[in-house]
Amino acid sequence: MSIEELVKNTEPMRGPHVIEYPFRRSCGPVLSRFFTGLREGKLVGIRSVTSGVLVPPAEYDPQTAAALDEFVDVGPGGEVVSYAWVSKPRASQPLQHPFAFALVKLDGADTGLLHAVDVGGDEAKMSVGMRVAPRWAAERKGEIRDIEAFVPEAEAHPAPPVMATEDKPVGSVLTPIRLEYDFTAGKEQSVFLHGLAEKRILGAKRPGDDLVYVPPRGADPRTAEPTSEIVEVSDKGTVVTYSIVRVPSENIKLDLPYVCINVLLDGSDLPFFHVMQKCELGDVRIGMRVQAQWLPDDQLKPSVESIEYFAPIDEPDVPFEQIKEYC
Amino acid sequence: MRDVAIVSFAQSNAESDVRSEVEILQPVAAEAIKRSGLDRVDIEFTCSGSSDWLQGQPFAFVMALDAVGSWPPIKESHVEQDGAWALYEAWVKIQTGEVESALVYSFGKTSPGDIALIQAIQLDPYCVTPLWPDLDSVSGIQARACLEAGVATERQMAEVASRSLRDAIDNPHAVRKGDYSVDELLEKPFRVSPLRDYDCPANSDGATVMVIAAGDRVSKLCERPVWIRGFDHRIDPPALGVRDLTRIPSAGLCAEKVGARSDKLDFAEVTAPYSHQEIILRKEMGLGDDLPVNLSGGSLAAHTLMSCGLNRIGDAAMRIAAGKGDRALAHAAQGPCLQQNLAVVLEGE
Repeated sequence: MSIEELVKNTEPMRGPHVIEYPFRRSCGPVLSRFFTGLREGKLVGIRSVTSGVLVPPAEYDPQTAAALDEFVDVGPGGEVVSYAWVSKPRASQPLQHPFAFALVKLDGADTGLLHAVDVGGDEAKMSVGMRVAPRWAAERKGEIRDIEAFVPEAEAHPAPPVMATEDKPVGSVLTPIRLEYDFTAGKEQSVFLHGLAEKRILGAKRPGDDLVYVPPRGADPRTAEPTSEIVEVSDKGTVVTYSIVRVPSENIKLDLPYVCINVLLDGSDLPFFHVMQKCELGDVRIGMRVQAQWLPDDQLKPSVESIEYFAPIDEPDVPFEQIKEYC
Repeated sequence: MRDVAIVSFAQSNAESDVRSEVEILQPVAAEAIKRSGLDRVDIEFTCSGSSDWLQGQPFAFVMALDAVGSWPPIKESHVEQDGAWALYEAWVKIQTGEVESALVYSFGKTSPGDIALIQAIQLDPYCVTPLWPDLDSVSGIQARACLEAGVATERQMAEVASRSLRDAIDNPHAVRKGDYSVDELLEKPFRVSPLRDYDCPANSDGATVMVIAAGDRVSKLCERPVWIRGFDHRIDPPALGVRDLTRIPSAGLCAEKVGARSDKLDFAEVTAPYSHQEIILRKEMGLGDDLPVNLSGGSLAAHTLMSCGLNRIGDAAMRIAAGKGDRALAHAAQGPCLQQNLAVVLEGE
């Protein structure tokens, strides 16, 4: 396929992309008291200077920033101050049938606590001012989800006792984050990726200019003009810098230690990042000539993984003077 | 105080844009720079607003620099805020006398993910984010509080939507528009009761670019400069339960500080992603019932997160530049239930 055809036929690529990480946050003395209370099936607030009793407790007064330290037992009952009805719950939300997210003002508190209210999926049972109480989780860890949801007060039961495996105050809470995206690679990057599936490395340049960027960036950073002309570059190049990796990384399947290289492909003006194999660590050097080692043809795909690694080739080194701008 | 004017503005909004951030931003930046009459390399400061979390593209804010050019090395700054706050930083930079002109840009993509849910990560990470309340739900809680307190009615909310969608018909940048009667809208199903689809923002992908300059340069650059006459931003407490959600004191204070209440305004452009929020803002910012608000259609017509506030300012400026008014209030907001607010008063020469 010609480059023109490839550009014309390339639809911007889309694919699933997930960012997921557990974040453990130390909670400090005030929230520690709140979360330790939840683990025991109790609710605690804090008396502020200007805004009454705050639940969840805050370290400082919301208006004056004065430090707060007078804890107050609140609840377990309370009333719904306001709510929104979630007819299509997301998987990460507290309930999987329709429910309300609500602000609940617990007895003895002056501010609303945001939580879920479970009325068995029947929106008609929700009202502002309705009395609710927590439905406690059987296993409690000292976190906000120790309350599964609030329920109409008549349906609530006292918190079941905790099987005490831990009697120290709660020091931190785990907040798991998972964000899902349908990621798009953009136009020029998609052309680049489709080129790799054909064993070709494609860059781009500003029409009328000589500098070729690999991978294409969409715009020339020197002029801010579009790099709309797609050009093919060689899969051979020169190492302009490198580092030797001795620590494992979750997504890299290579044996340690391995070499990361910035390689200036012949015909390109922007070094390209990849890994190098088939080379003694002691032999790696700036200026050495390398070539892409591709996956077998039937395994090529629109991904940088189509290049397994770069390997040294038997060509004389490029003098430093010729590549120093890229090092 | 130095006189600073908005000398050019350009935007793009699409319901879903598959281009990369650089590809979306580049033509918009080129257009704004061309219209400014300045050479790119003569613009002395660049400031941007964006948040990589929205589209899940790490370092999108760094790569975006390619689209505005960063060689020879430029003076640059970034805020993880709506571009309106980048404009504020650029305006302050000009006030210090360090620079005479600035390029301000922002971009955002809402289409790659469940954007209402992604915005749960802006909430209290200890007690709120672990419950994953999506922004529609959080805003729904605010809307119901307004309904209960008599601050708004469902009919008034539908009136805001009906008017905004109709005004948006003439706006080429609107992604949702049309002539819908209030009764017709009230018959639509709820998305997150008490909010219907049209009460919620028309999420979109896009970019916004603005060029501003100090007084001495401006007369050579534009026929009718639009001057920034007042600029302020304020914030309310973060805990949703601590705030009276039917009030937005920080918006009121901003409006007061920029002199929006005391002076005659011809129109206003405000950032109200949910219909009831326009009703609260009108009250807090002292905008009379007769004052035209969001002739662009506002966030109900196009809501490119991180750009929408800067779009309100730019839309207002372009309206004044075109001679369709002399003095306007423009407003930007960030955070759940309009926690953080920014106001600017614009005046045509």
